[in-house]
Amino acid sequence: MQVLEVPVNRTIDARGSYCPGPLMELIRAIREGSVGDIIAVWSNDAGSRLDIPKWVEKAGHRLVGLETRDGYDEIVVEKLR
Amino acid sequence: MERIVVLGGGVGGTLVANLVARKLKGEIRRGDASVTVVDERGEHIYQPGYMYIAMGNERPERLKRPERSLLDREVELVIGRAVEIDVATRRVVLEGGRELGYEQLILATGSRILPEEIKHFDTEAHHFYGPEAAQRLRRALDAFEGGRIVIGIAGMPYKCPPAPLEVAFLMEHELRQRGLRERSELHYCSPIGRAFTIESVSEMATPILAEKKIELHTFFNVETIDPDRKVIGSLEGEELPYDLLVLVPPHRGAQVVIDAGLAPPSGWLPTDPHTLEVKGHPGIHALGDATDLPLSKAGSTAHFEAPVVAERVAAAIKGRAPQGKHAEYDGKVMCFFEVGDGKGTLLQFDYDHPPQPPKPNRLWHLGKIVFNKTYWHTVPKGRV
Repeated sequence: MQVLEVPVNRTIDARGSYCPGPLMELIRAIREGSVGDIIAVWSNDAGSRLDIPKWVEKAGHRLVGLETRDGYDEIVVEKLR
Repeated sequence: MERIVVLGGGVGGTLVANLVARKLKGEIRRGDASVTVVDERGEHIYQPGYMYIAMGNERPERLKRPERSLLDREVELVIGRAVEIDVATRRVVLEGGRELGYEQLILATGSRILPEEIKHFDTEAHHFYGPEAAQRLRRALDAFEGGRIVIGIAGMPYKCPPAPLEVAFLMEHELRQRGLRERSELHYCSPIGRAFTIESVSEMATPILAEKKIELHTFFNVETIDPDRKVIGSLEGEELPYDLLVLVPPHRGAQVVIDAGLAPPSGWLPTDPHTLEVKGHPGIHALGDATDLPLSKAGSTAHFEAPVVAERVAAAIKGRAPQGKHAEYDGKVMCFFEVGDGKGTLLQFDYDHPPQPPKPNRLWHLGKIVFNKTYWHTVPKGRV
């Protein structure tokens, strides 16, 4: 299932994981990925909904989108560097 | 014969073995059940004491006891390294080839540190996650005459989440006492957007950092160390120069559980938060640092998980449903938190109730000291 209409290279299902679990999962994926990769994080943690976009901005990546659906958020990030 | 094999002789492994032996006393004496602890060194180590070695108040030899001395006499101790777990045939293979069959397996395999994952860590960075490293940090602090101290975290999760903050507070206190504070800067790098993972603890700690003039750098995931420029770099693209560098090394779960296909490459065992059974593996439980639960990797977590694992394993062997207050784990954790100046606070929480740390005072600091001293007679033997 994909909420946003972008080709996603990797999806991290971090539902059921609490802050900072989803962010740490995203950081791991960013470390392992290549520039240009689109990574989607599924999370139902309220804190991560705020923290992940802040981290993405600080780390110099791009927040492609954030949508809420069926009790979880899909946060899509592009690795820029 | 119902054979219970416990891998690991830390807080969780030792306590759970003693509690199971107590619950199955009759079965063990009749020869219907056995409890075996497998530990690599046969030595029980009180790891929270390492931080105090670095702070100059503890000695390594006071932090270890023979594992045998802490185990119930009905528990067998095997000193050896588990190198293989064959889930299909229910046996554990030790280095040297000895095999131990089991009906119930309890994984208390803890966590391990991997400083080598960060280049130049061994020569440039200090830590307090082992006796030698803590002593080396102590020597570096003794030689420190002022400059920039940077404290950071090079990977999450890690053992004892409050420890790096505690070290920052205690170091700041020490620098003041030694008359070096005016000549020193203290920087604390947090991998996330606040000082601590749990929001209420972060709200307690952040003003203390400010009051002590310890600069907080958020979203700073340490990735590189440049030994020539004496600078650390973050995944987020920031740099920080240091004169004395203290980093929490990356942690992983035990290799044997990864090799067995029980855990992903991180080594943290996928564990049911309430039954503590390893997901998809009936008859295998996990506790302590070894699990992937969203809780502190700390002896306290293992301490409160052990009665649940013991109850569930004993119930399975007795052929009844788990019962009583330890039928399921509620995520209870309780630990002390040093803030320097002879003061501390208490973090007590569970899955549904975040901690509400009381205002730091001398009592909680003394509580931690008393707990550290009395640990040997209380926790491993199930007296508290």
